Amino acid sequence: MSEALVGLQAAPQFEPKIVAFFCNWCTYLAADLAGTSRIKYAPNTRVVRVMCSGRIDPQFVLEAFARGADGVLIGGCHPGDCHYQEGNYKCLRRFHLLQRMLGTLGLEEARFRLEWISAAEADRLKLAVNDMVAKVRALGPLRWSVPAENLAEEVAAS
Amino acid sequence: MAEKQISGDVRIGVYVCHCGTNIAGIIDVKEVAEYAATLPGVVVSREYKYMCSDPGQELIKQDIRDHNLTRIVVAACSPTLHEATFRKATERGGLNPYYFQMVNVREQDSWVHVDKRAATDKALDLVRAAVRRVPKHRPLERREVAIHPDVLVVGGGIAGIHAALTLANAGKKVYLVERQPTIGGHMAQFDKTFPTLDCAACILTPKMTAVKAHPNITLWTLAEVAQIDGYVGNFTVRVRHKPRFVIEGLCVGCMECIEACVFKQAKVPDEFNAGLSKRKPVYLSFPQAVPLVPVIDPETCIEFKTGKCKKTCIEVCGERNAIDLNMKERLEEIQVGTIILATGFKTFDPHRLPYYGYGTYPNVYTALEVERLVNASGPTGGEIVLRDGKKPKTVGIVHCIGSRDENTNRWCSRVCCMYSLKLAHLIKEKTEAEIYNFYIDMRTPGKTFEEFYNRIGEEGVKFVRGKVADVYPADSDGQLILRVEDTLLSRVRKIPVDMVVLAVGLEGQPDAQDVRRMFNITCSNEGWFLERHPKLAPVNTFTDGIFLAGCCQGPKDIPDSVAQAGAAASEALALIDRGSIELEPNTAYIVEEECSGCKTCIPLCPYTAITFNADTKKAFINEVLCKGCGTCVASCPSGTIRQNLFEDEEIVEEIQGVLAYV
Amino acid sequence: MKPKVAFYWCASCGGCEEAVVDLAESILDVAAAIDIVLWPVATDFKRHHIEAMADGEIAAAIINGAIRSTEQEEWAHLLRRKAQVVISFGACAQLGGVPGLANLSDRQAILQTVYSGTPSTLNPEGVTPQPASRSNGHDLHLPVLFDTVRRLDEIISVDYSIPGCPPTPKLLADAVGALLTGKLPEKGAVLAPDRALCDECPRKDTRPDKLLVAEFKRPHQVLIEDDKCIMAQGLLCLGPATRSGCESRCIQGNMPCTGCFGPTSRVRDYGAKALSAVASLADSNDDAQIRKILEAIPDPVGTFYRYSLPAALLQRKRMTPHA
Repeated sequence: MSEALVGLQAAPQFEPKIVAFFCNWCTYLAADLAGTSRIKYAPNTRVVRVMCSGRIDPQFVLEAFARGADGVLIGGCHPGDCHYQEGNYKCLRRFHLLQRMLGTLGLEEARFRLEWISAAEADRLKLAVNDMVAKVRALGPLRWSVPAENLAEEVAAS
Repeated sequence: MAEKQISGDVRIGVYVCHCGTNIAGIIDVKEVAEYAATLPGVVVSREYKYMCSDPGQELIKQDIRDHNLTRIVVAACSPTLHEATFRKATERGGLNPYYFQMVNVREQDSWVHVDKRAATDKALDLVRAAVRRVPKHRPLERREVAIHPDVLVVGGGIAGIHAALTLANAGKKVYLVERQPTIGGHMAQFDKTFPTLDCAACILTPKMTAVKAHPNITLWTLAEVAQIDGYVGNFTVRVRHKPRFVIEGLCVGCMECIEACVFKQAKVPDEFNAGLSKRKPVYLSFPQAVPLVPVIDPETCIEFKTGKCKKTCIEVCGERNAIDLNMKERLEEIQVGTIILATGFKTFDPHRLPYYGYGTYPNVYTALEVERLVNASGPTGGEIVLRDGKKPKTVGIVHCIGSRDENTNRWCSRVCCMYSLKLAHLIKEKTEAEIYNFYIDMRTPGKTFEEFYNRIGEEGVKFVRGKVADVYPADSDGQLILRVEDTLLSRVRKIPVDMVVLAVGLEGQPDAQDVRRMFNITCSNEGWFLERHPKLAPVNTFTDGIFLAGCCQGPKDIPDSVAQAGAAASEALALIDRGSIELEPNTAYIVEEECSGCKTCIPLCPYTAITFNADTKKAFINEVLCKGCGTCVASCPSGTIRQNLFEDEEIVEEIQGVLAYV
Repeated sequence: MKPKVAFYWCASCGGCEEAVVDLAESILDVAAAIDIVLWPVATDFKRHHIEAMADGEIAAAIINGAIRSTEQEEWAHLLRRKAQVVISFGACAQLGGVPGLANLSDRQAILQTVYSGTPSTLNPEGVTPQPASRSNGHDLHLPVLFDTVRRLDEIISVDYSIPGCPPTPKLLADAVGALLTGKLPEKGAVLAPDRALCDECPRKDTRPDKLLVAEFKRPHQVLIEDDKCIMAQGLLCLGPATRSGCESRCIQGNMPCTGCFGPTSRVRDYGAKALSAVASLADSNDDAQIRKILEAIPDPVGTFYRYSLPAALLQRKRMTPHA
């Protein structure tokens, strides 16, 4: 199916919501370039702009999952190309440990993704987004089930 | 949906731009504006055709006054385009410019999505996120830093030379650093330039001597930038001077040392002549070299290799004593405010395409080699003489070698069609040979380029529209067969020629990645330095204070290189003459009484902006060095380091906003 | 009239009771100044005594332990009604504590493991505790275990927290003193300093300015020197991420901090922040090498959320429906 039709599925189909943290100098610019080039991709991402992928606090990732995101995508500069020298390496270090921890907590790997996308790689952005959306769509809604919300249910069920 | 509450000091104005049909064609801007009006804190919510226009900005200023707005949100194009515009409008309306948040609903929404409902939903989410974020914004002040008036130009080709002269003529002090022993770059190697057939040396050498003579230009050849620190207006650059072994100040340019060298015959492949001739270990690149001082090559000089040379060069130099074989590499530090990179290009290496026979058959040449052949001061005195001594009667010029090619480089190198026409003309002029140009398309867009093409056609040069697939020797008489599909005749032809000229394309320098990392700029995928915006900012980079000129930014001809060099010089001048620049206030800061002195942050800053104060036993961030990446902010285990403009609570509001979490 | 104070324990280990007892001689001063109306470990007051009181009659209810059963939930609501001030005492009440790690599982799986799954258990009929049953003509009721362990502040509004596993006697004494003199800070405060442990750590000066970690070690692998920063010895010490106020007891016991005092007020999710700080210090930029260094931390959840899983943004492992 052409990428232009991604997202144009029959009405009741689940559409994942993906919070994307893009670094200002690489991935955010690649997303802008996709725009100026009119490259079409799935409309499921919601971009939160940061200056560097090194700014991404694991708390942000957890906040996104806890508040309803079905997936979280981090976009940063390629290793060696960080506008601030090394921020992306710190992001990489945190990503590995965080992904392991989230795995223990039951999060499927496909829902939390790190991509290195440079400012010129609009096409790569499109492919990464479309691929992630397809994979997360197949996994279904995350629905972490924040316990405070179903305390009453738990009490009633007991 | 949460109830609308207007707390006293948060009064938000939301503006949704149509951008003509760019946004409004896909996103229901009316719905977005109406939705925004229902959000907590929003007092005014409008949609407008072109927010960046004067009336659009006036709208913001007027509303701030009329409705006592304290925050502004604009949903429009990318912040990289107009965040500054709207911050100014906010400021002119009487608010701190950082009480503004921009929402990208064009480049990252209407332009990339097809489904109108999905695109509008996305815009709703993004606007809601901004409306939640902006009340957390604090009034920030921009830092002003002075711009050092001196300029560094890296690369002494035509682009670097022109930029240096422009700046020097404007009264600025320029350091021109060139890694070769002479300036001039590739242009010095050309014979004539298209389309005017000006002699390259004739138009270049006056500029080269002007550089040498200019009181405002410090020319350093055999020099490279080794390290660079700092930021716009305040760069500290360490330049590595490689030893020439001849003292510039003492040498009078008599060249007797070269004459007297113990090498009676030149033995070293001459780089300037593209390896077609030989030079001695002590040599001058070309007769009009600037500086006009020989250089000794320690790799091939006998004294360096064995220590047992008669050193006739020193002897003949006599009491001038200009030769110093003990010269050492040295580092020198300079302060500059702006930098122009003009590091040029390299030609494609046709060894990568073995079926063209380069390196296998002696009479296959690159275009650059042929430039040297036709040049009067070249290896053959301007005669077209082949490697086997013959003069060609037929010549095939093959276009697009290493260009427009999926297997090597996809781009068009822009100059090859024109230089192929030029070479066709020059070879024909000197040899009356039959010339074929094998092309895919003829790209002659510049001023009088098309007319030049016609002229060459009228001179009897033959054009075959087809990419040569194979070069192989004819059975006898030393000719080479070019096999090509003549697409206009729809026939495969085998054309025998005496000489094959490969129109090699342009590529980024082999060390482009190292250089760009050193200067903290980016490269495109193809290896050219990346400009800030392909149309609107072709000489700026994403690093303030560093500009690009010439082929290092992408293949181009001499007129365009010179134009770009002038543009880069003027960008630098604009900064210098303004005298100062305001830096974005997105720096990190430590709230001192909260710091536990755990030192987690200290090793993480690549700019060493964070130090440990041994007296207070707390970490300290030097605001001037901080570039605002936020890495330390994310790492601080007790949440003590914050980042202006990107506070935790601001980002969390944005996250909750896009997810509609209340 | 002496102010009435109630102590109660929910899902906890009894260590917080020990902290009260550890007031030692000062306990007599405390006992003299207040009227203890409830303290299951040491006194005989019953539920109906508390139910009989007027709302707000109790000056302060000091509650430790997490909430994971219906009985604990009922008690929490009861004490909230009857007390003017409710204080979360200890890591379990404030953050969920070690019992919070049960959030990696759920009721069915836990009961299954405990009553059938362990190797030494013989329970062929698969008997598990029943909320209601009849025996010898009597109706018997048992509290029901929740799937999820919760913090006290998820059940009732909590006025103050005293962190620690357990809190120090000093923190308790200070809190009671403040209560008696009416000098309590703003509601919602955590009654301990708002800076990380390194601030008070006796080994602070021995930590190098630029410490990056090429290899993480675990306590059983290292003979820990007792006068050097524990992190500098390659061990994972969570002091930088953990609130101070504990008098560095573990450090003084020559062991690394495991984070029982929880985060500072500026951190929303303790485990995430501690993870961020620790991972950032892994000394490599190579993908494979980074993974290797971090693999030396075998159990990220247990390490970073040891005391605070129910306080995490995600609060528990994802619930999956049982077959």
